Amino acid sequence: MIIARIHVTLKASVLDPQGTAVTKSLHALGYDEVQDVRIGKFLELKIDTNERHVAEERVQEMCEKLLANTVIETYTFELVEA
Amino acid sequence: MKFAVLVFPGSNCDIDAVKAIEDVLGPEGAEVTAVWHREADLSRFDAILIPGGFSYGDYLRCGAIARFSPVMEAVKQAAAAGKYVIGICNGFQILTESGLLPGALRHNDHLQFRCEISPLQVESTDTPFTRHYAPGQVIQIPIAHGEGNYFADEATIAELNANNQVIFRYYEHNPNGSVERIAGICNATRNVLGMMPHPERAVHDWLGSADGKALFTSILNAWRDKQGA
Repeated sequence: MIIARIHVTLKASVLDPQGTAVTKSLHALGYDEVQDVRIGKFLELKIDTNERHVAEERVQEMCEKLLANTVIETYTFELVEA
Repeated sequence: MKFAVLVFPGSNCDIDAVKAIEDVLGPEGAEVTAVWHREADLSRFDAILIPGGFSYGDYLRCGAIARFSPVMEAVKQAAAAGKYVIGICNGFQILTESGLLPGALRHNDHLQFRCEISPLQVESTDTPFTRHYAPGQVIQIPIAHGEGNYFADEATIAELNANNQVIFRYYEHNPNGSVERIAGICNATRNVLGMMPHPERAVHDWLGSADGKALFTSILNAWRDKQGA
C-alpha cells in the first residue's frame, strides 16, 4: 500500500483572496512578520499498489485530470509506504 | 426547436431555466426537456442549457466533478456539431472545467456571495445568443454567486479580445474581481456561451427585469435562420 500526499495551491500569479483575508487577520493579531498566506488543499490517497513508479504516474494523471485545475492551480505530491 | 436543460445532483436553477424558455418562446417556439446527467445521447436536441446551482455540492472545485458526468461527452459532441450550448453560473464553471471554454472561475475577490441585479454591457451581438440585443446595450441581469471571479492568463485574454469572444462585461462595476470585468465569453466558433449572470431570472418585469428574454429569442431566431439556410 502506498499513501499519496497531495498539495494543491493557487499558482503564484493568481490572487488568493482567502490567503489575503487570513494575512490581514494575522496582522490584526499582531503577527506582523507574516508576509503572505497561500491557502490550498491537502489530499491523502490510499493506493492499492506497491509499485512506486506506477503510483507516481497514476497520481500525476489524477492531479492533471481532476484533483487540480492547472489553469489556476499547481500541485505537488509525495508517496510514502503505508 | 428542441431545448435540453441538464440536471445534475445539486442543480437548482434547472426549473427556472425550463420555465423561462417556456414562457419566452412558447409552445410554438420551443419544446423543453429536463435531462438527467446520466443521459449519454443529446442528438435529438438543438440547444443545451447547463443551469446554475451547486453540482455535486461544488466539492473539490465548482464544476470539477460534473464535468465527468456521462452527459458531458454528449455536450462536447453537440458543441462540435455546431449546436447551441449555454452554461449559466455553475454551468459556466462546468464549461471551463471541461475545456469547452477557456479560463477558470475563482472565489470572488471579497469572498462574499453576491446576489443582486447587475448591469451588463453587451460586448458582441455576433452570436446566436445575443443577436436581439444592440451592440453596447446595457442590460439588467441578476447575479448570484460566490465563485464568479473570471481568470485567464494574459495570452488567453488577448485572444478573447482579438476574436470578440467577450460577450458580456459588468457595466461600470466589478462584483467579483473578474479580469477585465468579464461576465460572459463564447468559444472560437461562437456556439458555446458561458456566463455568470442569470438571464433565466430576468424574463418578466415582475421579476425585476425582462432583459434576459432577448437571449432566448436570439437562440430561436438563430436556429430558425439555420433551418431556412
